[in-house]
Amino acid sequence: MGKLELLQTLTGHKGIAWNVSWHPQGQVFASCGEDKMIKLWSKEGQEWTVKTVLVDGHQRTIREVAWSPCGNFLASASFDATTAIWDKKSGQFECNATLEGHENEVKSVAWSPSGQLLATCGRDKSVWVWEVAGEDEYECEAVLNAHNQDVKKVAWHPSLDILASASYDNTVKMYKEDSLDSDWSCIATLQSHESTVWSLAFDKTGERLATCSDDKTVKIWKEYKPDNQEGVIVSDRESVWKCVCTLSGYHTRCVYDITWCHKTGLIATACGDDIIRIFKEADDSDSNAPTFELVCTQLNAHSQDVNCVAWNPAGNEELLSCSDDGEIKIWKFSE
Amino acid sequence: MTKVADNVNPHIYEKESEREITLEEHDENVVDEFDEREIFDLIRNINDPEHPLTLEELRVVEEKNISVDNKENVVHVNFTPTIPHCSMATLIGLSIRVQLLRALPSRFKVTVEVSEGTHVSEHAVNKQLADKERVAAALENNNLVQIINQCVAM
Repeated sequence: MGKLELLQTLTGHKGIAWNVSWHPQGQVFASCGEDKMIKLWSKEGQEWTVKTVLVDGHQRTIREVAWSPCGNFLASASFDATTAIWDKKSGQFECNATLEGHENEVKSVAWSPSGQLLATCGRDKSVWVWEVAGEDEYECEAVLNAHNQDVKKVAWHPSLDILASASYDNTVKMYKEDSLDSDWSCIATLQSHESTVWSLAFDKTGERLATCSDDKTVKIWKEYKPDNQEGVIVSDRESVWKCVCTLSGYHTRCVYDITWCHKTGLIATACGDDIIRIFKEADDSDSNAPTFELVCTQLNAHSQDVNCVAWNPAGNEELLSCSDDGEIKIWKFSE
Repeated sequence: MTKVADNVNPHIYEKESEREITLEEHDENVVDEFDEREIFDLIRNINDPEHPLTLEELRVVEEKNISVDNKENVVHVNFTPTIPHCSMATLIGLSIRVQLLRALPSRFKVTVEVSEGTHVSEHAVNKQLADKERVAAALENNNLVQIINQCVAM
């Protein structure tokens, strides 16, 4: 059995802490929440402390923050219908671009692996793809209306320009750009969850996806490419995604977030029952019907719903979490 | 133009008598846990958005449709719209939820749902009320908060 050791509890956000995001090098992270503030944290000696507070970027709750792969830009998605892009070209962090277009709440933002594309999604049921067009310039590449309810989360494939989105309509959709006419379109619909899909995370290969839902389950999906050796039928030469594993009976309330470490392969979940759970794939796991074992249950990880979990990208088994109680916690996992 | 209420002539019921306070409840040394009646008292006087009547008088909320588990920190409230196509169901549910969020300790997980089989959009209303992100966004809408505050003002 594994264990989560609490390294530090960070207070500072008023109201709900919605999201935390590691800088790609894992030495800095950003947090945001109901108080419309973004805080940047780093280590001073052994202690994590606030280094910068970004205010006045948004008029309403900041739902999510995301670092660009190069680590020079930070994007923030807000209920005020805008997405702000922050950088410190001038020496200190400033908002140098604002992406407008969503009709109301923006709920998620994510940079593509190349850093050239950005995706946003929101209450207006749409997913937007933006292209970095120049210094502080972003152009809308596509508006994707594949979902029929609000879109909760967007995430990019770890190496390709393939985008996935999770929605209140209980489905996950994937999109890519057609190389011939450069039009973005939906290439797959992943249907199996019985309620809102809140979040999703690719594994390091991008050939598997983990999703979590209000139906209290986690599902693992596998990509079957054209001409796959398992004989799964695909149409139009597009991959098919199949649910190959459902983790049910573990979570007792809505699962709000999921993170899949690209270094260790561990999956962590954030749940409305105040618990953080960690799952590990079994050594003898069959790729067409994988087995994941619950290796850690951190009861009362927070005093209220856990909203977000994030593995340190450095692969040092550090985990960040934040909660409705306004707190951020840093944990260290060990087996 | 004045909007006509969905249910122009609702049935009005008697109010419950006030809660009797026991000697034990006055005793500071006895742990006094939340019970169904206490939750009921928190929400019975919420005003209906369409009538000058309380949710108790319309039997939208009843003590028998409330459950509390102090050990598990769970509160469950079922409410019953006066008619199955009541367009105010979500607003009523939101008012109940907001009142309980404001009044109860944050350790409680509050679920507010339409009583089974009493509304045409029961599932959609329940899903919306359970989505805390939508509730959080709604509570940043000043117009809506004003309307809710009028409902919960007692």
